[in-house]
Amino acid sequence: MKKFVQCVVVAVAVISSLYASAAQPPAAGELLPEMKLAVPVEREHRAYLGLSSGDSFEVQQVKADVVILEVMSMYCPFCQKEAPNLNELYRLIEGNPKLKGRIKLIGIGAGNSAYELKVFRERYQVPFPLAPDGDYHIHLSLGEVRTPYFIGVRIEKGGPRVFYSKLGGFEDAGAFLEEIFRLSGLKEKG
Amino acid sequence: MKIYKAFLLSLVVILSGVANGYCLSEAFKGNIYQVGKLKPTDSVLRVKVGDRAPDFTLPAVSGGEVTLSQYRGKKHVVISFVPAAWTPVCSDQWPGYAIVRDLFDKNDAVLLGITVDNIPTLFAWTNQMGKLWFPVLSDFWPHGRVAGTFGVLRSDGTAERAILIIDKAGTIRYIDVHDINRRPFLESIVEELEKLGD
Repeated sequence: MKKFVQCVVVAVAVISSLYASAAQPPAAGELLPEMKLAVPVEREHRAYLGLSSGDSFEVQQVKADVVILEVMSMYCPFCQKEAPNLNELYRLIEGNPKLKGRIKLIGIGAGNSAYELKVFRERYQVPFPLAPDGDYHIHLSLGEVRTPYFIGVRIEKGGPRVFYSKLGGFEDAGAFLEEIFRLSGLKEKG
Repeated sequence: MKIYKAFLLSLVVILSGVANGYCLSEAFKGNIYQVGKLKPTDSVLRVKVGDRAPDFTLPAVSGGEVTLSQYRGKKHVVISFVPAAWTPVCSDQWPGYAIVRDLFDKNDAVLLGITVDNIPTLFAWTNQMGKLWFPVLSDFWPHGRVAGTFGVLRSDGTAERAILIIDKAGTIRYIDVHDINRRPFLESIVEELEKLGD
């Protein structure tokens, strides 16, 4: 009987820790969970991220001060609706000499294959890289968030540190960018 | 000893449900009923590739009825059976098909979505998906008769997550009774359609 009770205690601890680690999206102040994203096939996307070659990369390797991750899916109606806003956000960043090169966007296609993301990119003329997560491995590490979900990280020496973590899209790309700028602590250059 | 085995079995079942959040879209908010991890397949096919597809007529959510044989000699038909409305995975499957009509048009194919739900349920559910260009059909009554004819009706009365492709001659050319917990990748459908030609 004593063994059985010990077994129950251990099992409850294991299950609790699993739920705790798997169910929570990254919070502001935490380091982004380790994840490997597929290096984009498109040369312009590799150049945008500052990557040379290889099969996979980590967010920490992105040449930027701030990276905004959008957890999305080709199959998600809200992500489809949100696509033009993301494109506008990209244009606002790239069109601003003070921000261009400092803030980068990456979409993570939860449950999506590279083919499905290619379809999505063509459909919505998405100008920034979309990384497949066909087996939901990354999605699981991010707490199985609903989509679209936005995570802003600041690239620091110790790793990508989360400063923004929020479910749902935004209506105004300019206002969203201002919020990202403010929360990230980026200082204006030039 | 038996009690330990039973306990360990329960533990495995509980743990298998941890990573199971595949209904992702915020569009459905908290309205998706979490069914947990299900037996991947739970039926016995009654058709095979090369068979003539059994004909059927079902009511469509948009009104009227759709008969499979109405496409004979005109269009290839992709049938997407999904288990049930308001459940994970299904709710994030057809919205993807909603944005790829051109891939079906290009291959001279139509898509028919079928579940065993009734029309009012399907109406409410598909309204959350945005505008679907393809007919959504109700195999509610007699319950699951069409799914049963194809052999994709599960023992709990839901349908399998299955894709069948039927060519213009009415012959079944592709069957994928998929793991119910997973969504089939779009390319598997497109690749099969491209093989059919005219």
